[in-house]
Amino acid sequence: MADAILETSDLTVRFGGHVAVDHVSCAFRAGELTAIVGPNGAGKTTYFNLISGQIRASAGRVFLNRHEITRMPVAERTHRGIGRAFQLTNLFPNLTVLENVRLVIQAQRHRGFRLFSMADSDSAISDAAAAVLKRVRLDALAAQKVSELSHGNQRKLEVALLIALDPLVYMFDEPTAGMSVDDAPVVLDLIAELKADSRRAILLVEHKMDVIRSLADRIVVLHNGALAADGPPAEVMASDVVQEAYLGRDLADV
Amino acid sequence: MLTRLISGDRPRSIVLTIILLAILIGLALAPFLFPGIRSLETAARICIFIVLVASYDLMLGYGGIVSFAHTMFFGMGAYGVALASVHMGRGFDALIVGTLAGAVAAAVLALLIGLFSLRVRAIFFAMITLAVASAVAVLVSQLSSLTGGEDGLNYQIPRALTPAFKFADGRLFDVSLNGKLLNYYLVFFSALILFLLLLRIVNSPFGRVLQAIRENDFRAEAIGYRVVYYRTAATCISAAVAAIAGSLFAIWLRYVGPDTTLSFEIMIDILLMVVIGGMGTMYGAVIGAAVFIIAQNYLQELMAVAASATAKVPVLPLFFDPDRWLLWLGVLFVLSVYFFPTGIVGRLRQGR
Repeated sequence: MADAILETSDLTVRFGGHVAVDHVSCAFRAGELTAIVGPNGAGKTTYFNLISGQIRASAGRVFLNRHEITRMPVAERTHRGIGRAFQLTNLFPNLTVLENVRLVIQAQRHRGFRLFSMADSDSAISDAAAAVLKRVRLDALAAQKVSELSHGNQRKLEVALLIALDPLVYMFDEPTAGMSVDDAPVVLDLIAELKADSRRAILLVEHKMDVIRSLADRIVVLHNGALAADGPPAEVMASDVVQEAYLGRDLADV
Repeated sequence: MLTRLISGDRPRSIVLTIILLAILIGLALAPFLFPGIRSLETAARICIFIVLVASYDLMLGYGGIVSFAHTMFFGMGAYGVALASVHMGRGFDALIVGTLAGAVAAAVLALLIGLFSLRVRAIFFAMITLAVASAVAVLVSQLSSLTGGEDGLNYQIPRALTPAFKFADGRLFDVSLNGKLLNYYLVFFSALILFLLLLRIVNSPFGRVLQAIRENDFRAEAIGYRVVYYRTAATCISAAVAAIAGSLFAIWLRYVGPDTTLSFEIMIDILLMVVIGGMGTMYGAVIGAAVFIIAQNYLQELMAVAASATAKVPVLPLFFDPDRWLLWLGVLFVLSVYFFPTGIVGRLRQGR
């Protein structure tokens, strides 16, 4: 796997006696969208947290471009190219939409320790932020406070923050959860657009089978924290074990 | 130009603008508008506390960091000036050295406390500051050979800043043109510059990061900000500015003691001023400090008037007895926090 951007090797975390992620070894290549599926409690979000650094691994290692990042602080991983969106909307509620995106670009450009210039005087940052908002079709709401946005627009902003980060690895955790039928396609189209960029890897935790079918190049199935299946969508979905145990119920839900 | 000076941070309320202008003009012309030693004392104290409270607001209102060591930093600046003046003799060099030494020492101590405790949890930082501040207060009162102990230190400041120095003959609007007047304007302009500096910092890229951290530190870290560094930096800046405010206080009073600079009562006053004025607004510090200190200084008089006015009514004069001023101050605070949970500034901006 010469072109693996992100790799986990025997990644494990234990909470007391419970093994939440169990020796997961997996590599993610550029230009590939990997859907991570599994029943609730299978360890999908925990696996994400281990990669982006919110939780420290008990054992095993994480590599980004062959550099080990297992013990690195979250912010450092972000600067190296891990971009994480969250399952529950996780924004800066009392700041404006534009300010939320500006903060991300400002972080990327290491401008956070400027004490005596005006925050909105850096037009390069403001323009870049405005461009991102246009891409996610939130430009009309730039001056709104985030707490005043609809749920769907907050989810879009969540994606906008990730696009603004311009990471090597995009990590989406149920990006369309709770979104209306009108809003969800906007987010899915954006992810499809990102997929077209062959230098990035995309990881997607998702329950909706139609989304997985239309976007995924590969499916990784987690079960009780361990890797249960890994392969092209058609193959994984067709395998009897996976079909019965995990996907059957989800298919019925759709 | 004016907008640049206030860093584009408009008051965003007409009433608030008027109040702020009134406070600014009142303080700028205090020696002429309110002649008398006592009113000048009050005005100088308001100037100094505006800076002190604003620096606390940078930490609490913008960074979301709770500290109980703010009077310690204030005291470090004050004792810096006092010790320099005692040991170097009276002179401006002593004032400058003392101020700088106090500010640097405060920033370094804040750095140590911050790096040691901010990476754990915010509540841990609050506890540590409480412990360190108490330890320093005890130390200062015990090391009487150095700090004068409970009695504090008296020292001389440059003659140009004392009433004995007349820089011009005659009087202007019936105010004698002496060093005390110069001293007041030293305090006023220093406070004004420091306040505008803090206003700029909270509107800078750094200030926005602090707001982001206060809003959601988890996400701030996830988009690439090392939260602990930003919190520590905010603490250091806040400590240094508080120390400079302390230095101004020492220059103004020509005396330092544990009660006037280090006591826990002042810490509580600062907290009340921030909350009453409105957290995370900077302008709240101006209003909070002005309202609080005026109430502290003049409520007793007001009550004496009320007591004599109601002398013939049964029972009522008992309530207005000037000795009960603290009770009324307390009532005022409870009411203001109840009716203005976002502070006076927050309330005025909502009612726009």
